[in-house]
Amino acid sequence: MSTALFSSNVLEAVYLIASVLFILGTKMLSSPETARRGNYLSAVGMTLAVGVTLFGGEITDFRWIILGMAVGALIGIVASRMVQMTAMPQMVALYNGLGGAASALVGISEYMREMHNQTHFLTTVTMLTIFVGWVTLTGSLIAFAKLQEVISGQPTVFKGQHMLNLVLTLISVGCIVAVVLNPIQPMLVTIIAVVALVLGVLVVIPIGGADMPVVIALLNSYSGIAGCLAGFVLSNNVLIIAGSLVGASGIFLTNEMCKGMNRSIWNVLFGGFGLTEASAGGGAAVDVPGGGAVKPYTIEDAATVLENASSVIFVPGYGMAAAQAQHAVRDLGDALEQRGIDVKYAIHPVAGRMPGHMNVLLAEANVPYDLLKDMDEINPEFRHTDVVLVIGANDVVNPAANEDPSSPIYGMPVLKVDDARTVMVLKRSMNPGFAGIDNMLFYRDNTMMVFGDARSTLSKLTDALAAT
Amino acid sequence: MVPVFLVGIYVFVLSVFVGFEVISKVPPMLHTPLMSGTNAISGISLVGAVVAAGFGGDTLHIALGTAAVICGMVNVVGGYMVTDRMLRMFKRK
Repeated sequence: MSTALFSSNVLEAVYLIASVLFILGTKMLSSPETARRGNYLSAVGMTLAVGVTLFGGEITDFRWIILGMAVGALIGIVASRMVQMTAMPQMVALYNGLGGAASALVGISEYMREMHNQTHFLTTVTMLTIFVGWVTLTGSLIAFAKLQEVISGQPTVFKGQHMLNLVLTLISVGCIVAVVLNPIQPMLVTIIAVVALVLGVLVVIPIGGADMPVVIALLNSYSGIAGCLAGFVLSNNVLIIAGSLVGASGIFLTNEMCKGMNRSIWNVLFGGFGLTEASAGGGAAVDVPGGGAVKPYTIEDAATVLENASSVIFVPGYGMAAAQAQHAVRDLGDALEQRGIDVKYAIHPVAGRMPGHMNVLLAEANVPYDLLKDMDEINPEFRHTDVVLVIGANDVVNPAANEDPSSPIYGMPVLKVDDARTVMVLKRSMNPGFAGIDNMLFYRDNTMMVFGDARSTLSKLTDALAAT
Repeated sequence: MVPVFLVGIYVFVLSVFVGFEVISKVPPMLHTPLMSGTNAISGISLVGAVVAAGFGGDTLHIALGTAAVICGMVNVVGGYMVTDRMLRMFKRK
């Protein structure tokens, strides 16, 4: 049995080093200058932790480990190379789910191995690991399916939904208590696992597409919590430290996203937002000055306005990602800069489908990160700006959030684009945003609507600027 | 001697504080890499998976352990690589 290359003290020391590397690596993510090295350090920590476990003496059969690692590494490498930057939210959702599944499987395996000699505490954390891990898996799969549009991004609600969730939760709690009192009940453990898988689906289906940044952040924290619980099961501190680091990160991001939408986490989780608004208000009529017709403009009109501007701010939203327009945005930005026009990019915290989504897309298109401005930084600048170009963003630029107390998004922090001299909105059609709310910005006197596919509109604008 | 699980709880509580302290300094610009990078760290369950797949036991044990290793490994390798791919793109003017 003793194939150990070193003592358990060495093992613990290496785990400690790995934990320090995780924390340092995450700390280095606080600046784009050091972030890449930080991620590298964290990966070194992971390699050390796994390596030392492999040769730490508990392992007697390496065949299946090698097979599993080879298969997993291959899938990971291929997936991370192939994935498009616009599809990053679903990729992260999928990875979250797999992390949860790994923890749940470890929990089940430990239960089967140790069910005869466990303390109440160990049985409790083992059951919780299984529960949280499976919820993370199916929740993430539903989030993936919604983001990939395999299933509808609309909230799915039905009568008695909350009641069903409550009953299922109570069943799991009951089963967990029963197993803790008498651990040798594999049937009840199976029920816990199945209920968790079902609950994962049920908690994510009522949440709409626009709320996905919150869900992904929350699932991120679940995957961390599952890892942390698995650490208690195995009495392994590196799992506890790494898991709680991830759990904290997920909860922090969840909170940031909720603040960005001015909604409580409960409001997001209990879902149906957008769906209820649309059915109640029939698209919430807006008090429209001047008859309520929007003014469509041609590409040529827009190009003329842009030519005469001295400062332009781009405001990207999910529509930019959907149209894969980030490179076209960058091309237009370059064309404007060549004419000596000052160009910046304003990023709302919940623009897109995951935290920081827009920044990654613009970075992919080689937009220098010093031009990407957060909401608080850019909001005072709009009033000194000639043209704001809104590309596929809607709710995050809706002035109703500041002005109309009856609006469902009233109080949400938004980009004050209408302070600018001219607001140009690139939009496919007049369909309201994901929250299902009409946008009074489109009816303002200083707003120019340019309809069409964002990518082709942007490249036509670039051509028009080059021609003059 | 303090029981093992109490030590674990100490470690847990302190790590949560460290986690919040470290993560609240990450700017919104890097929130996606933060998420995918910490996501890779959550693949740390791989450590448990390796033990589960390697201690022997019957077919069911081995199958569960191997499945856990595959899931954990995809999470770790994919997570770090995709984070690196994103971070490589962030350039200054």
